[in-house]
Amino acid sequence: MMRAITKSAALCAIVALAACTNPNSAGQGGLFGGNSGAAGDVVPGSANDPRSPAYFQQAIGDRVLFPVDQSTLTDEGRAVLTAQAGWLMTNSDYLAVIEGHADEQGTREYNLALGARRANAVREYLIEQGVAGNRLKTLSYGKERPIEICSLEACYAQNRRAVTIISAGLTS
Amino acid sequence: MKHIIASLLLGLASLGATAPVARAQDGPLRIEITDGVIEPLPYAVPAFVAETGNAAQIAQDIARVVAADLSGTGLFREIPKEAFISNITNFAAPVQFADWKAINAQALITGAVSADGAGNIAVSFRVYDVFAGQELGNGLRFRGTQDGWRRMAHKVADAVYSRITGESGYFDSRVVYVSESGPKNDRKKRLAIMDYDGANLKFLTDSTSIVLAPRFSPTGDRVLYTSYETGFPQVFVLDVGSVTRRVLEAQSGTMSFAPRFSPNGQEVVYSITDGGNTDIYRMNIGTGVRSRLTSAPSIETAPSFSPDGRQIVFESDRSGTQQLYIMPASGGEAKRISFGQGRYGTPVWSPRGDLIAFTKQNKGRFHIGVMRTDGSEERLLTASFLDEGPTWAPNGRVIMFTRETQGATGSASLYSVDVSGRNLKPVRTQGGGSDPSWSPLQE
Repeated sequence: MMRAITKSAALCAIVALAACTNPNSAGQGGLFGGNSGAAGDVVPGSANDPRSPAYFQQAIGDRVLFPVDQSTLTDEGRAVLTAQAGWLMTNSDYLAVIEGHADEQGTREYNLALGARRANAVREYLIEQGVAGNRLKTLSYGKERPIEICSLEACYAQNRRAVTIISAGLTS
Repeated sequence: MKHIIASLLLGLASLGATAPVARAQDGPLRIEITDGVIEPLPYAVPAFVAETGNAAQIAQDIARVVAADLSGTGLFREIPKEAFISNITNFAAPVQFADWKAINAQALITGAVSADGAGNIAVSFRVYDVFAGQELGNGLRFRGTQDGWRRMAHKVADAVYSRITGESGYFDSRVVYVSESGPKNDRKKRLAIMDYDGANLKFLTDSTSIVLAPRFSPTGDRVLYTSYETGFPQVFVLDVGSVTRRVLEAQSGTMSFAPRFSPNGQEVVYSITDGGNTDIYRMNIGTGVRSRLTSAPSIETAPSFSPDGRQIVFESDRSGTQQLYIMPASGGEAKRISFGQGRYGTPVWSPRGDLIAFTKQNKGRFHIGVMRTDGSEERLLTASFLDEGPTWAPNGRVIMFTRETQGATGSASLYSVDVSGRNLKPVRTQGGGSDPSWSPLQE
């Protein structure tokens, strides 16, 4: 998880750099900004830039949570994924890896399989919304990468997740 | 590998033995492990006799390792040397049984060590049934290299254990496991191998990628494990001697995990996840030819062969929760064997073929348990916040597993427990540890 975040942060930097040296991209950023004045405030690649993975992560929301031992999407999860699908269809240069995770209450192998089910549930929903399947890979970390470390339901709930990590574009 | 050569000690039979007097037990000196031994058998193991001056230290060290092995089983109790009336200074001389009877040593183990100065040593030992006043079995001599002295000590202890219990031993064995360090949300994992008692630790991988659940081959020469080094969890096979590895299941972007060898070491069963669905596959490790053993929309994983190679026990949630099933080794109809409360996972067939060890999750607690292969006579051996992943000692009498403590500072460590449920204790490791796999007895 830590490494994945570091990687996508590095990717943002590369995207930002590309945006800076590419007049078209900068122009598009301006057009997308819409209201004059605000465009100048948008740092390409930052969370303010709606085309950036950082924006996807922070403004759209990169993760959905699951009930205990379940891989069915909640209503809340579907709302986040609908927004994720919209972003992915707008920003069709990007690929995504969906990481499935489980809480620590389970055996190692089963949790790997359960994490894969969760990641796949997200992938299938995004495909239903119109995202091309060849842009979406899945992967499970089982219970190997918790983000919250207490042994209470409050932590477990955050760890039972599927996270959509935006990665290098199709054209890159 | 280092070879240890064993030979019988001939012509040294103790002739000074008097007729048996009082017996501390009926019949020959014997521990029936299945009888539920409550009182450990008292024994004495004086420092082994150094037959050459340069073997003095190693002679003492070997006796200490023998005692640690035997007492560590919980079946034997060492009599401290402060209680000794006489000592053993001449390995060939007749034993003064009265002196050992007086301190209630039911078994006496004597030994001698010589070193040739060129890195080789010879270790001889004898086991006596003190109250019978006679030797138990014949003396044996092991020859090997000096740096392999611990293995020779374990071989002595295995022979003693075997003669007194009638079971084969498990001390000359190794454990491969996942060495863990760092906090829960940034855990570093690397494969490590050590003697069963924690000595001779060696790392087999670095900690740059997550590694999971190593499994020994039936001869201990190779290890299957799951690694994220390609970015996806995939099954690797590692040669223990050369520490070289290769990916076994190389389908790009496909998760594979939970591997185990077949009893002949030529095949591997493991799980592949396709989309969200996990099933069990079998691969010939030489040809790479793969066959699919299960085809259900549920999770099928954690397969383990029966020792005769004809059946596979695995876990599946096809009924709605994790349960244990047995199917033919070529796939086909599976029969559910777990019917108690809660969820069952990580089944492992005993090397004796009689029992299946498993992890059970019930009412927020985890247990290591055993059941017969038809699911009957379930017994839970442990209970804690999180116990999982049993592995059998080569003689099928002891189980090692992972115990993880709860909370933000929680960590994993290795424990062992007798199949009787007694003698629960931590296994010595350097730092944290998980996912142990016990090797067979070494050649």
